[in-house]
Amino acid sequence: MAKNPSNFLNMVLTLFVITFISSAALGFFYEQTKGPIAKVALAKKTKAIAEVVPSFDNDPLKDTFTVDIDGETLTFYRATENGKIVGTAIETFTKNGFGGLIRLMVGLLPDNTIDNIVVVLANETPGLGDKIKKSKSNFSDQFNGKNPSSFKIAVRQDGGDVDAITAATISSRAFCDAVERAYTTYQKEMK
Amino acid sequence: MSQWQNFTKGFLKENPVFILLLGLCPTLGVTTTAINGLGMGLATTFVLVMSNIVISLIKGLIPDKVRIPSFIVVIAAFVTVVDLVMAGYLPTLHEQLGIFIPLIVVNCIVLGRAEAFASKNTFVTSMIDGFGMGLGFTLAVVTLGAIREALGAGAIFGFKFISGDAILIFAMAPGAFIVLGYLIAIVNKMNKGVK
Repeated sequence: MAKNPSNFLNMVLTLFVITFISSAALGFFYEQTKGPIAKVALAKKTKAIAEVVPSFDNDPLKDTFTVDIDGETLTFYRATENGKIVGTAIETFTKNGFGGLIRLMVGLLPDNTIDNIVVVLANETPGLGDKIKKSKSNFSDQFNGKNPSSFKIAVRQDGGDVDAITAATISSRAFCDAVERAYTTYQKEMK
Repeated sequence: MSQWQNFTKGFLKENPVFILLLGLCPTLGVTTTAINGLGMGLATTFVLVMSNIVISLIKGLIPDKVRIPSFIVVIAAFVTVVDLVMAGYLPTLHEQLGIFIPLIVVNCIVLGRAEAFASKNTFVTSMIDGFGMGLGFTLAVVTLGAIREALGAGAIFGFKFISGDAILIFAMAPGAFIVLGYLIAIVNKMNKGVK
């Protein structure tokens, strides 16, 4: 088949048409999958909340408030049973991760004890920093049942009480930073 | 070459992983379990077939000097479609495969088939080539995944057949290299025998 000659006009036109059609097709698929993807994200959030606080009977997604801090938003979800608060799930963040932003769901009991922590979003290095995830290692379990007033949330190198992940001190530090931010903001809000 | 030979060459004779040694990054990265391998293989197959079809159709319109960027745009578009659809409908698999789905764009198999085959052959032949190559890739990653899962986790497709830990090294990166090395040796031995 005779090829189109590689002159300037041909090249520009071809690339323009190809990118134009591709982006139009992608726009269509983006619209089509937006609903299901949002549903998946919501289900993930609901599951994360259920994992970090004790059993509740309300809808924490509706009993919520937000605090803007450091250019991002902390979201608080209150979990209640028979009208009594059994725990608060705090969606917190840090920008100090090795792969940028990390989002965690931290569950605090009414007496300020950490109940559980799960990772909502992280782009840490596979095999090293991604051990902050429950599925990869039990790093995040060491926070469970600890009260930050007596348990300093910082890695041991920084004078805290947290055992860092070997070879992933930056990710461990970032994790502590996010938990610390959730705790201090919670303290401020509860006063 | 008949169309049947064209289809089956991807399985053993020109298997993209075992013979051409293309696309080894996802091959080594995602094959910790057979299911991951299957998901990755099918996603790649879809991209291969679709990009081969489109590229064989538009090959006459693309000026030679911009053919690589044109191919990459077409491939990237299909990969993004796979990524979006998987995120919406298969969230667990999508999370497992993670970064490797977007990385199909730079998988050498896809661009390699576009450049070496689809840009020179007709629509039907290219489609069959893409399908055969994709299934060959799937076969390779599922085999690798199944062996690593069996040795590393004591399970096949998620069903555990031993309790407790297995030989953990096979679930990690060195295990991928070891198993792949043996598989390549076996497949090459088989192909030598055929000749």
